Amino acid sequence: MSEDDERQQSPPSDLEFVSNKARNCNATGSGSGHPEFQSTYPDQVLENVLENVLHFLTSRRDRNAASLVCKSWYRVEALTRSELFIGNCYAVSPGRATARFTRVKALHLKGKPRFADFNLMPPDWGAHFNPWALAMAKAYPWLEKVHLKRMSVTDDDLATLAELFLGFKELVLVCCDGFGTSGLAIFVSKCRQLKVLDLIESEVSDDETDWISCFPEGESNLESLIFDCVECHINFEALDRLVARSPSLKKLKLNRYVSIGQLYCLMVRAPQLTHLGTGSFSPSDIAGQGDQEPDYVAAFAACRSLVCLSGFREIIPDYLPAIYPVCANLTSLNFSYANITADQLKPIISKCHKLQTFWVLDSICDEGLQAVAATCKDLRELRVFPVDPREDNDGPVSEVGLQAISEGCRKLQSILYFCQRMTNAAVIAMSKNCPDLVVFRLCIMGRHRPDPVTGEPMDDGFGAIVMNCKKLTRLAVSGLLTDKAFDYIGRHGKLVRTLSVAFAGDSDMALKYVLEGCPQLQKLEIRDSPFGDAALRSGLHHYYNMRFLWMSSCRLTRHGCQEIARAMPRLVVEVIRSADEEEMDDVVGTLYMYRSLEGPRTDAPKFVTIL
Amino acid sequence: MEVGRKMANMLGTEHDLNFKETELCLGLPGGIAVVAAGNETESSSSPKINGKRGFSETVDLKLNLQSKESTMDLNKNLDDNGSKEKSGSAKDPAKPPAKAQVVGWPPVRSYRKNIMANQKNSSEESGNSGAALVKVSMDGAPYLRKVDLKMYKSYQELSDALAKMFSSFTMGNYGPQGMIDFMNESKLMDLLNSSDYVPSYEDKDGDWMLVGDVPWQMFVDSCKRLRIMKGSEAIGLAPRAMEKCKSRA
Repeated sequence: MSEDDERQQSPPSDLEFVSNKARNCNATGSGSGHPEFQSTYPDQVLENVLENVLHFLTSRRDRNAASLVCKSWYRVEALTRSELFIGNCYAVSPGRATARFTRVKALHLKGKPRFADFNLMPPDWGAHFNPWALAMAKAYPWLEKVHLKRMSVTDDDLATLAELFLGFKELVLVCCDGFGTSGLAIFVSKCRQLKVLDLIESEVSDDETDWISCFPEGESNLESLIFDCVECHINFEALDRLVARSPSLKKLKLNRYVSIGQLYCLMVRAPQLTHLGTGSFSPSDIAGQGDQEPDYVAAFAACRSLVCLSGFREIIPDYLPAIYPVCANLTSLNFSYANITADQLKPIISKCHKLQTFWVLDSICDEGLQAVAATCKDLRELRVFPVDPREDNDGPVSEVGLQAISEGCRKLQSILYFCQRMTNAAVIAMSKNCPDLVVFRLCIMGRHRPDPVTGEPMDDGFGAIVMNCKKLTRLAVSGLLTDKAFDYIGRHGKLVRTLSVAFAGDSDMALKYVLEGCPQLQKLEIRDSPFGDAALRSGLHHYYNMRFLWMSSCRLTRHGCQEIARAMPRLVVEVIRSADEEEMDDVVGTLYMYRSLEGPRTDAPKFVTIL
Repeated sequence: MEVGRKMANMLGTEHDLNFKETELCLGLPGGIAVVAAGNETESSSSPKINGKRGFSETVDLKLNLQSKESTMDLNKNLDDNGSKEKSGSAKDPAKPPAKAQVVGWPPVRSYRKNIMANQKNSSEESGNSGAALVKVSMDGAPYLRKVDLKMYKSYQELSDALAKMFSSFTMGNYGPQGMIDFMNESKLMDLLNSSDYVPSYEDKDGDWMLVGDVPWQMFVDSCKRLRIMKGSEAIGLAPRAMEKCKSRA
C-alpha cells in the first residue's frame, strides 16, 4: 500500500484537510513510494469533496461499502475513518490496521470468543492488547478512546495508554482481565483528560493499591466512572472527594464494598447523575446501630435526571422503597444481582412505566414477570437470569412468564430468558406478539428437555421465531431439538448473524441447513452437538464471510479440520485441547476458526494447534 | 429388562462393550452410589473403566421411563467416537438424581455465578437472607430506633447495645445460658421486680413475649419488634410467657 510510505503524523483536523490532501497526493498512485505525478487539479478537488462527505459517514458497514467503490474512495475512506472497529483482534495485525487507517481517534477491539466466558477455553489463550497498544502509540498519538471486549490487558498496557496518549479520554473494558488495581492507579494518575473509565464485568486483581486516591487533584473531567465489577475495598473518602470535584459526572456505578450509607453521601454530592449503580444497597457492618438513618428517599428524589439504575449487590429489601421517587423516569433497571421476590418487586415495577431495559433474577417468579408485563408497555429488552444455575426440574419461571411478557410487552426487541421449562406454545405466542424481536435467546437449562406439555421437541417454537420475527439477527436455542429446527432456521433466518447452539440436533444435516441457508451468518458457536466433518465441509462457501466458527465437543476429527484449513488459506483453524487431551488424538475437542489476513498467529499457547 | 438387554447387545456389537461391566443388575454395581454419581459418564467405547458407571448401565436403568427421543439421543451419544462426553444425557421425566454439573452449562458467566454464590454463602452464614431489622420502642421515649438483630450473637450483646441506645435502663441478669429461666416462677418475679425496664418482643404469632425465653437464634428468627417496657407492666406478660414456654418444651 504505497500511500502508507509517506504516512503523516498530523492530527486529523477538518481545517487541515486541504494541506493534508496535498501531501497525500504526492504519495498516491502505485509503485513503491517514489514521488509520483501530482494529480491533476480536478481530481484533487474531487477528492477534497469526497473527504468532506465521507467525514459524515459513521456506520462502519457503510464505510466498508464505500471503500470498495474504487481506489480513490478506498483511500479517502481510510483517511476519514476515525473510529476503527475490529471484531476479531486476530483477523488483522496492528501494523496492517494502522497502515491503512491513519487518522484513527477511537479503537474498538474484540478478542476471545464468547464461549470462553463459560470456562470452555483454558486461560491464557491469547487476545493480548499489548501489541495493539504499542502499534497505536506510534501510529495514533492523538488517540482518545479505547474500547476492549474479552481482551487480556496488563498493568503495563494501562500505563502505556496513560503515558503515551496525551489526550486520552475514554477507556471501556468489558469482560477483560490481566490487570489489577495497581494498573488502574497508574492509569488514573497520569491520564489527566480522562472522561470515561468503565470497567464492566472485568476481572480486576486486588493488588491492594488505593487507586481511587490516585486521581489527580483539582477539578476532574470525569463524566463516567463504572467500577462495579472491582472486587476490592475502595477508599471511600477519596471517592467522596473525587465525586465532589467532578461536576460533569453523569454515570457512577459503585462496587459492592460501598454501603448504602456511603451511597447516600455520594448521591447528595451528585444529584445530576443519570446512571447510578448503587453498590451493596445494604448498611455496612460498622454503621452505628440504631443511628438515625439518612433520608434515602429524599436523596433519590433529588436525582431528577436518573434514568438508569443498577447495583443492589447485597440488597436488603427493606430499603427498596427508597427508589420509588425515580421509578417513573427510569428507562433502565438492573436487578440481576438482587434476590427479591415478586411481592418485593411489584410496588417498584408498578411505577416504572417508561422502562425499556429490565434485567432481573428469576427469584421474582412468573408472578413477577406478570407484573412487569402489566406495567412496562415500552419494554425493549428483558433479561431473566437464574438464581440457581443448575439443571433441576423445578424452576421459578416458566412458559407462564414468557407468555405474559409476550402479551404485555409488544415492543420487545431483545430477550434473554433462563428457565427450567418452556412450551412451544409460549414461544410461538411470543413470535406472534413481538414481531420486532431482533434478539431471541432462550436457555432451557435442562439439556435436551422437550415441551413438558406435549412431549414434543422445541422445533416448532424456534421455527415460529425465525418465521415470524422478520428482523431477527441473533438467536440462541436450547431444549430438545431435532434437525427440523435447523431446517427452519436455514430457510427463514435470512437476517440471522449470530447463532448459539448447545446439545441440539440429530445429525450433520442440521449444521448443513444453517450453513447453506443463512446468508448473513457471521458468528456461529456450537457445543456438544452431533455435527461432524461432512457438516463442516458444507460451509466452505461461506466461511470467509464469517467472523468465526466455534465448535466444541462435537464430532469433528483432525483430518476433517485439516481439509478445511487446506481448502481455505485465509482461515486460521485452531484446535484447542483441554487439559486431559492428547496432542495427537484424531478427535477434536474444540475447533475455533476465523478469517484472517495474517495467517497463523505467533502468540498461540501450547494447547492450541493451528492447522 | 429384556428391552434393555437387547439394547445393550445391539450397542455392544457396534462398540465392543465389555459385557461383564455392562451386565444388568438391579443392585448397585460395585457398590457405587447411583445418586451421587449422577450422569457423568465416559463414552462406552472407551476402554477405560475407571469405576464410574458405564453408559449403557444408566441407559438400562432408565429405559422404562424415557421417551423415544431420549433413546435416540442416547444412541447418538454412544456413537460418539470417543469424543469427550462431558455431559450425561438426562431426559428422565421423573425426577432424576442430582446430576453432575457440566462444564460451562448453563451459560451463565462465572463472574455472575460467583456473585450469586457469594450472596448465598453470606446469607446462609447469617441463617437468613437479609438483615433482621426490628423497631425498638421504649416506654416514655419520644422516638423509635431500629436494630439489626443479626449484628449480635447473644442476648448480652443485644442488652449492651440497647443500653447504649436507651441509656436510662438496664436489663436484668439472664443467667448462665443467657436465657430467662421461666420454669422458676419466683426467680422470674425477682427479675421483673428488680429491673425498672424489661425488653419484650412481638413474635411471629403476634404475641408479646419477654426477651430471653428462647435460644438466641430462635429469637432472631421470630422477633418482629421490640418494646422496652416498665417491669411492672411486664409482669402481666410473664404467665403467658411461661405457658408458651411450657407448650414448646
